[in-house]
Amino acid sequence: MSKSLLLLTLFLIISPNGWAQATVREEQPNLQGSPSPPEQTGKAAIRDYLQSWKNLSSALEQNRPELLDSSFVGIAREKLSETIRQQTILGAHSIYRDRAHDIQIVFYSPEGLSIELTDKVQYDLEFVDHSGVKMVQHLSARYVIVLTPAEVRWRVRVFQAEPE
Amino acid sequence: MNCGLALLLGGFALAAQLAAAQGVTMAMPEKIEAGASFSLQTTGGGKATLYIVGPPQVLKREIQLGATTFFAEGTLPNAGHYAVFLATESSTQSASLDIVPESKPATLDFLAKPSRIQVNLHDGITGAIYVFDVFHNLITFPLPVSFELSSPSGAMQKRNAVIREGASWTAMDSTAQQGMDRFVVRMAAISTVRVVAQVPGDPCRLQMSARLASGQLHLATEPVRDCSGNAVPDGTVVTFTETYQGGQSTVDVPLKQGIAEVQMPAQSGAMISVASGLVLGNQIRWEK
Repeated sequence: MSKSLLLLTLFLIISPNGWAQATVREEQPNLQGSPSPPEQTGKAAIRDYLQSWKNLSSALEQNRPELLDSSFVGIAREKLSETIRQQTILGAHSIYRDRAHDIQIVFYSPEGLSIELTDKVQYDLEFVDHSGVKMVQHLSARYVIVLTPAEVRWRVRVFQAEPE
Repeated sequence: MNCGLALLLGGFALAAQLAAAQGVTMAMPEKIEAGASFSLQTTGGGKATLYIVGPPQVLKREIQLGATTFFAEGTLPNAGHYAVFLATESSTQSASLDIVPESKPATLDFLAKPSRIQVNLHDGITGAIYVFDVFHNLITFPLPVSFELSSPSGAMQKRNAVIREGASWTAMDSTAQQGMDRFVVRMAAISTVRVVAQVPGDPCRLQMSARLASGQLHLATEPVRDCSGNAVPDGTVVTFTETYQGGQSTVDVPLKQGIAEVQMPAQSGAMISVASGLVLGNQIRWEK
């Protein structure tokens, strides 16, 4: 395995509902000139980001925006809250099951107030409409995530997928 | 962006993103710019329900199969990867859709640190930006950006950089002159300004003089300046110490109008010194 693709850290995520674990691969940072975060900072940001998937899934499954609060802030929280509002109006909900993450730190701001990750995520989406009909799709996308520090954790401020 | 352009963005080859089952097919772009109009073509007959589902948005439309359904500008403003479901009474077809950010930047989140800094510090001022489109989507493709730091004297530092993954940063030196600097980030037609206060550094040298006044020793410094010649701000503490026959008296005095002055006992043979922070000034031995 090439050095640039090294640093394979395997985390195991067990969802609150006990579904299959997601594998997590952590690439070496590709900072291209921006400062390098302290090792513990990078690990904490990735840990909190992975937790955000659990909270995202719970919030969109139960249509409870308050479940976003511990992981999301700013624009990311506003957009996800709006999705929950739309789902509530439709009588629908969605379940996101992350299967695999391939994460890389791509930017760390010099004053330490933000960190940016990319994540090639594979996940399953189960959308249930008002009549209980389930629609399922396996998806893979490259997410761009910006986190900012809160009191005791990193929170996701930008959570955006783009074509791989 | 009009509907035709949206289809073009999606690409004609991929515009026919087909999902067929039981005689029903749907075709739509795989990729659309945020907020652009687009259309969905279907075959077959009867009614169907279309869902476009992603973390940033959920959309539902009742559509007529066999017709073209148009989606107006602003229907899908949030960049992301979406699942598309077309549900009929007998089947559900699926596809995926990417909404990509607009190419035109609209807002720059610019954080400059610190807001107050001593003069003459190398790479002491940093600025980091994130670039968003009008729908608050992070623009992730490369874009040029420039950072400028200008001082009241007109001196300017400029750095050109490239936005990568929606972010960029720079570091600038604080200049030798105190005052309010303008830290500007420019990108295309937009710019954002932050003000950075450059304040004098620590005193460079301390020089005091002594004279007798009303039986007391009057001690006063010369105007205290940093190593770039800027006046050290009032309130900076200067410490006078008088040592006499093994005893020591110390007085802390804040600068007022650039100088520190104090009265101390006039003891013949006393040694008097002055200091501020880590800077030691001259010493005076007082003899009647």
